[in-house]
Amino acid sequence: MMMSPELLLLTGGVGSRFWQVLFEPWTQGIMQHALTEVALLGLVGGALGCWIVLYELSYSAESLAHALFPGLVIAALSGLPLMLGAGLGITVAAVAIALFGQVPGIGRDTAVAVIVSTLFGLGVVLALSPASPPGLQGLLFGDILGVSDLDLILAMGLVAVTLISLRLLHPQLLTVGFDRSTARSIGGNPRRADVALLVLLALATLVAVQGLGSLLVVAVLVGPAATARLLARRLTPMMVVATLLSFLAGIGGLYLSYYAGIAAGASVAGAIVALYLIVLGGSKIRGLDRRRNPLRANPRLPETVRTLPPVDAP
Amino acid sequence: MTTGGSKGFLAEVTGLSASYGGPVVLEDVGFRVEAGLRIGVLGPNGSGKSTLFRVLLGELPPLNGEVSVRARCGVVPQTERARLDYPVSALDVALMGTLSRIPWWRRPGRAERLRALDALEAVGLRELANEQFGELSGGQRQRVLIARALVQDARLLLLDEPFSGLDKPSSRRLSSLLINLAAEGRGMLISTHDIEQARGWDLVLCLNRRQIAFGKPAQTLTRSVIEATYGGEIIVVKGDDSGPVSAILPPHHHDDES
Repeated sequence: MMMSPELLLLTGGVGSRFWQVLFEPWTQGIMQHALTEVALLGLVGGALGCWIVLYELSYSAESLAHALFPGLVIAALSGLPLMLGAGLGITVAAVAIALFGQVPGIGRDTAVAVIVSTLFGLGVVLALSPASPPGLQGLLFGDILGVSDLDLILAMGLVAVTLISLRLLHPQLLTVGFDRSTARSIGGNPRRADVALLVLLALATLVAVQGLGSLLVVAVLVGPAATARLLARRLTPMMVVATLLSFLAGIGGLYLSYYAGIAAGASVAGAIVALYLIVLGGSKIRGLDRRRNPLRANPRLPETVRTLPPVDAP
Repeated sequence: MTTGGSKGFLAEVTGLSASYGGPVVLEDVGFRVEAGLRIGVLGPNGSGKSTLFRVLLGELPPLNGEVSVRARCGVVPQTERARLDYPVSALDVALMGTLSRIPWWRRPGRAERLRALDALEAVGLRELANEQFGELSGGQRQRVLIARALVQDARLLLLDEPFSGLDKPSSRRLSSLLINLAAEGRGMLISTHDIEQARGWDLVLCLNRRQIAFGKPAQTLTRSVIEATYGGEIIVVKGDDSGPVSAILPPHHHDDES
């Protein structure tokens, strides 16, 4: 069958327009950097995020990210690398929380809340001082499009450390997370697992804060893993799904930012939340469906059937 | 039935008392666990059953007395404590038993997986190895946790109310599994509230903040021992279709010392 020359031209035109829309963003150096950053965030958000969700550390993740804000501002004001400032900020916050949490009569939650708002407020005061350079909103909301080569190399190092540590700690984390009360009796160490996880959380926050800023960093550390939890029933698949979702949201967010002119960090965070809501909706609908069909809702049934004696047994 | 002598014991406790830093919560405890024996640990809530287990595990140092544990101890906790929405399979849980057997930087390999599958086979759950732990029935979860202790190669099992919440078929299946484990030469301390069930085991240990009695059920579980253990008075009430049922009245509160 022959196509008319006009039609061929038209489809060819649509096709090339499509490819152009698809690839154009990545021809620019800024966007290539952003893509690499998004990939790094995806690796951390996917692997570590699952542990953060399973260990119920989401609040800690958010607290750390907010409390390191003055560190970022001080680094920006004095021209130090942002990651250094963030590292300093996180250390001060962690020590403050650890000390204040020991004061009798104050709950741990309260201690965290007080420290976080104090530090965050301090950061805002510094950021709004007349001496502060422009572009400080990047510290709050991140600047995926502004990451430098040095930032990326540092981030790659931290991602490698995080992933290798998680791989080594996997059996420990799995055992302690499963049942803290008996973990010790089978060779687990709850305290060591907690500390390791918090240190890795701090490292991951350092990686992510570059791109997403103090306010949005928690999206990538918690969002994809929370979504993956709805989809996967085993830990390794959950981590793979979380990583893929993170990539997907990152790339989608960058397209959105490029073509709709929305801030990149906010677009990525928005895409993560959108994916979560879609999957949550889907799983609720599936749950309703299961309730209507009790055979599918009962995963134990096959075993019961399997262990029944044969009908004609004596 | 017993291995006899003093050589075969898995654990021995003499003159034990324990506390969590405050008042003494358990005292005058002395007994011996020999290989191949199922020992029922009876007592009301707060009678010191969990404390005793913690001491045997080495998690709580005794205040006084001697505790000698010669075998590896495996705990079989109540399954409600484990999180049922945790993304692990039955095999994953059994594999946790290898944690103390391999270096911390190594992940369980082929040999460990085979070992875990063997343990699941031993508890009759080989077929369900890849099922999600939280979706198994209560009895199946209990058996997965026993498999975990078998993977640990625990010769002394501490079972925390393993029968609570089980239906009759699951309960029967678990009972026969415990008989098999005893036949393999494992010792078991089984905490329970079911006095009738404990009568079927080899020995009973009655606790109520101190040791009330220890010995063979037939001789040990007398009316006065049970009353002292539960701090109340036994009455016999009319049962529904399975005959009369003994019940224990709540204790009179004339001993409100501390």
